[in-house]
Amino acid sequence: MLKAYYYLLMRDLRLAFRNRHELANPLIFFVLVVTLFPLAVTPTTEALRAMAPGVIWVSALLAVLLSLDRLFKEDFDDGSLDQLMLSPNPLVILVLAKVTAHWFLTGLPLVIIAPLLGMFMALPDEAGAVLIYSLLLGTPVLSLIGAIGVSLTVAVNRGGVLLSLIVLPLYIPILIFGANAVDVAMDGLPVRGQLLFLAAVLVLALSLAPLATAVALRITASR
Amino acid sequence: MIKSIWHWIQRFSSPKHFYGMSAKLIPWFTVSALLVGLYGLYLGLFVAPTDYQQGESYRIIFIHVPAAWMSLFVYMVMAISSGIGIIWQIRLADMVAAASAPIGASFAFLALVTGSLWGKPMWGAYWVWDARLTSELILLFLYFGYMALQSAIEDQRSADKASGLLAIVGVVNITIIHYSVEWWNTLHQGATVAKFDKPSMHIDMLIPLLLMALAFKLFYAAVVLVRTRNEALYRDRNRRWVRELINEL
Repeated sequence: MLKAYYYLLMRDLRLAFRNRHELANPLIFFVLVVTLFPLAVTPTTEALRAMAPGVIWVSALLAVLLSLDRLFKEDFDDGSLDQLMLSPNPLVILVLAKVTAHWFLTGLPLVIIAPLLGMFMALPDEAGAVLIYSLLLGTPVLSLIGAIGVSLTVAVNRGGVLLSLIVLPLYIPILIFGANAVDVAMDGLPVRGQLLFLAAVLVLALSLAPLATAVALRITASR
Repeated sequence: MIKSIWHWIQRFSSPKHFYGMSAKLIPWFTVSALLVGLYGLYLGLFVAPTDYQQGESYRIIFIHVPAAWMSLFVYMVMAISSGIGIIWQIRLADMVAAASAPIGASFAFLALVTGSLWGKPMWGAYWVWDARLTSELILLFLYFGYMALQSAIEDQRSADKASGLLAIVGVVNITIIHYSVEWWNTLHQGATVAKFDKPSMHIDMLIPLLLMALAFKLFYAAVVLVRTRNEALYRDRNRRWVRELINEL
């Protein structure tokens, strides 16, 4: 079982690295969206600081959302998803492997590049650290919940808008607590509560979302 | 024993049986919803005392609060019957879930509209980013997502299962959304009825409110039966029992 997890994870990572230019796209998108805000609103330090947590978090959320397709779409199109479902390994483990790969390829890069964006948005250093923690705890949940959404819509033609319609409301708690943690950190207040909440949601999503995704994949495949 | 119960459930939940059965139930629900609702409105609008802070405009709660309760209740019904549909493959349960979604969305919409009409004189704005308003809005979005998924998938069986799963995931999420939004921002007045100690509401206001809640439930029962009948007719349009019904006309 662990072996299956490991092999599938490695396969997905390898496939992604063979397609290197695609790898950077969500990242560039993330930076680009954040760049739009100073241009659209105002580049003064106070104004940027006030909206920084929200802007960075919303952009991260959108970047993950746009990259969700990659999770199952290709495997669904070329039939390897059906093969995975036929394998004797529990589908939950395989789903977990695919979600882990997705997080390594989109969530983690977003976390790594976040300090740069913090700099763009004039975020103080302490708040920058909290931004990284909150993204580190929050982005895996985005991938996990997103997996449910993709597995439900992967067979639908032009399911992109539908996917955002389904997934965005489910992302709201993460957004609230992620952005709030950074906001509170800027005021020099303790952020333990927010981070612990994010961690709790991560544990919950980690235990339940793969199950739901597995069921959803079976529903999609039964057509 | 279990087997005979199972047979009974299957017979009872067949769309054909339901179609005949519901025809007898709908008038009862409709009439009682109308009677209870009219009496509740009379008590609420004419008998209940004026609020010492909010004046007459508080009376909108007799519509607003039941609508908000119903929007959650209908979502629960939707999720539970979706679960029944997924686990035990009972088609009628899927039909009830699909028929409930637009009704629940309407209740959520009604709660939002009445809330903002009340908010204008009370808070000075039609819309504020208050916790409950926001979670009600998100609930409306969850309904929209359910309906969008339901209509996007052509095959009826998998449309039911897929949107049903989404409804169940939504239930887990609703609680989290509720609390996160609550901690995020609150301007709304606290709960006045569902407190564990004595409700902080005058009994003459409480009774019409509960009557209206009952009327809304009965109304929902009537409407969901009508809609489920339509759903059954439409989905089974090529089956024999519908053909026979048409031939009888």
